[in-house]
Amino acid sequence: MKKAVKLSLFMLLAFSLVLAACGNNNSKPAASGGSEGEASGSSSSVKIGMVTDTGGVNDKSFNQTSWEALQALQKDKGIKVEYLQSKSEADYQPNLNQFVKDGYNLTWGIGFALQSALTDIAKQNPKSNFAIIDAAVDAPNVESVLFSENEGSFLVGVIAGKMTKSNKIGFVGGADSPTIKKFEVGFKAGIEAVNPNAQFTAVYASGFDKPDEGKAAAATLYNDGADIVFQAAGGTGTGVFNEALDRKNQGQNVWVIGVDKDQSLEFGDGVTLTSMMKRVDVAIKTVSQQVIDGTFKGGTTTTLGLKDDGVGVADTSSKNVPQDVLDLVQSYKEKIVSGEITVPAK
Amino acid sequence: MNKFLKWFASDSFIVSLAAIVMGLLLGAIVMLIGGYNPIDAYGALLTRVFGDWYGFGEALREMTPLVLTGLAVAFAFRAGMFNIGAEGQVIMGMTGASLIGIKLTGLPWIIHAPLAIIVGALFGGLWAALAGYIKAKRGVNEVITTIMLNWTALFLCNYIVRTFLLLEGNQRSVDIQPSASISIGWLSEMMGNARVHWGIPLAICAAIFFYYFLWKTKQGFELRAVGSNPEAARYAGINVNKNIVKAMFISGVFAGLAGAFETLGVFHYQSVYSSLPGYGFNGIAVALLGMTHPFGVLAGAGLFGALTYGSAGMSFDAGVPPEIIQIVIGSIIFFIAAQGIVRFILKPVYKRKKEKVL
Repeated sequence: MKKAVKLSLFMLLAFSLVLAACGNNNSKPAASGGSEGEASGSSSSVKIGMVTDTGGVNDKSFNQTSWEALQALQKDKGIKVEYLQSKSEADYQPNLNQFVKDGYNLTWGIGFALQSALTDIAKQNPKSNFAIIDAAVDAPNVESVLFSENEGSFLVGVIAGKMTKSNKIGFVGGADSPTIKKFEVGFKAGIEAVNPNAQFTAVYASGFDKPDEGKAAAATLYNDGADIVFQAAGGTGTGVFNEALDRKNQGQNVWVIGVDKDQSLEFGDGVTLTSMMKRVDVAIKTVSQQVIDGTFKGGTTTTLGLKDDGVGVADTSSKNVPQDVLDLVQSYKEKIVSGEITVPAK
Repeated sequence: MNKFLKWFASDSFIVSLAAIVMGLLLGAIVMLIGGYNPIDAYGALLTRVFGDWYGFGEALREMTPLVLTGLAVAFAFRAGMFNIGAEGQVIMGMTGASLIGIKLTGLPWIIHAPLAIIVGALFGGLWAALAGYIKAKRGVNEVITTIMLNWTALFLCNYIVRTFLLLEGNQRSVDIQPSASISIGWLSEMMGNARVHWGIPLAICAAIFFYYFLWKTKQGFELRAVGSNPEAARYAGINVNKNIVKAMFISGVFAGLAGAFETLGVFHYQSVYSSLPGYGFNGIAVALLGMTHPFGVLAGAGLFGALTYGSAGMSFDAGVPPEIIQIVIGSIIFFIAAQGIVRFILKPVYKRKKEKVL
């Protein structure tokens, strides 16, 4: 009996706390709700948010690149930017909604993982604007940005095909998905274009957050005699770099081709042959700028390729790659841009 | 005996409460060191959870799988086992539910949705019973088997989703049939599209079932007897092996339900997970927070869910990095697990109180 009384007292206490919290804080969202809608005009009133996928904002990959791009915009244009990290896929919807409710002029969803969550939220909030990277969302208020990763991968494939000494080249992918397949197929086509005799092996890890698997995959490839490995595996790719660094320290001549951003800045140009740049930052800045200028339309899907400098080879490549190879890369680039060569995507 | 139990119950309440307060205080200290205002931060957390209907609904959504995985771990614990495999059982539950939810067509809602839930629960239950069976037959420690089965479940289910249910070009299954959805449309609309679903009341029912079964039925008594002392139970004529399998099965059913509800009520599809999603591991923490009592688990899941869901509010409104909230959650669990410390700190207050109570 005593226990029951205590229990109910405790529940009452907890409940009153809850009620008190409700009463106290109700005013805040109501106030911000009033400012919802179009807040165009001076750029300082523009608010742009982004929701990361489960990789988090420090993933050394596209989440981080996106956030850095937004921070740069904040500096240059004086807009307000904010991000929310998603701990699980269940977080995508509430995180997107948080920006909508706070009246953000544009909310970015970073990565194809957010596709279905962003589709739902965009339909529920037709007056808010959204943009998404790496996935196509068919809604009038969403701008979708895709990349022709196969074209950029083709160019680093050309470099790998020319630079390999063992005539064996490897590839480590983060997941066997259509997006990553584009990297592999383009890379392979690039190698074949300049070095038909080279042997090519592709290995897939089970996720983008498995550096141990990346290291093991790289070890297998290097043991098989490969001297260049292209990684398109996000965090898993750090394992590839670590394996290559270990071997480099032991005197082996092995290379890694980085992905998404210039990874020689992070892992050093002793081991990074070149990087396949995926200019997520360009996409973020371009679309965000449209919102600042008030020219944002939405409802379209843009694919950024070599033509738009959405993908390409890192500028620092000249440190390790001789000029004649870079000239060859340049000529292939021109051929792809002019449409003379079509790079396969599947 | 009864009196002693009563005393113990109130005692664990005080210790839990003190552990929570200490955890929050420690979190506040960490925030102060980091240069953030803890009052603003906790305020933002509460606003996110209780500030509007949407937040409240989403927080309930966050709590539901925690309640069920917490119950799963607590139930096995009461029968003397440590079910670390709630994680794998959740994934099995998801797969069972999505197989039925996607592949069966033309059924009315009233049959389709419950069927999907039941199959999901069975998948989870059988997966756990497997570990129970190996323990009963061969004496293999369930901690080891359930951990192993987590990974087996993950890759098996990824295979099933990839092979049979895949939405072309995506890392997820196709959507389930609308007739298998357990979302509560009207309530969801009222709560600003928060993803509330029938799993929320059902999770509370599960906690009541847990209590009733374990303390009000003969079978429950047997399970508890096996949990407290298997040798004595055997001597008393209880079939220990049967009870081990049964306890694991029911434990797995709870976890399987969590998975089924996530698929049918929240996502309406199943993802190909690159790593374990973490429901079951959080369930261990919730079961600990709740002192492995069903109503304690409800409270523990409420707290854990509110903290997890509210943490985004902390980073959004108060600028506190989400890592800090992990420190708060971590320290609450730490203080509850390390009760000796709490008791030591409480000692002076506690002695006086004890005299009063008794």
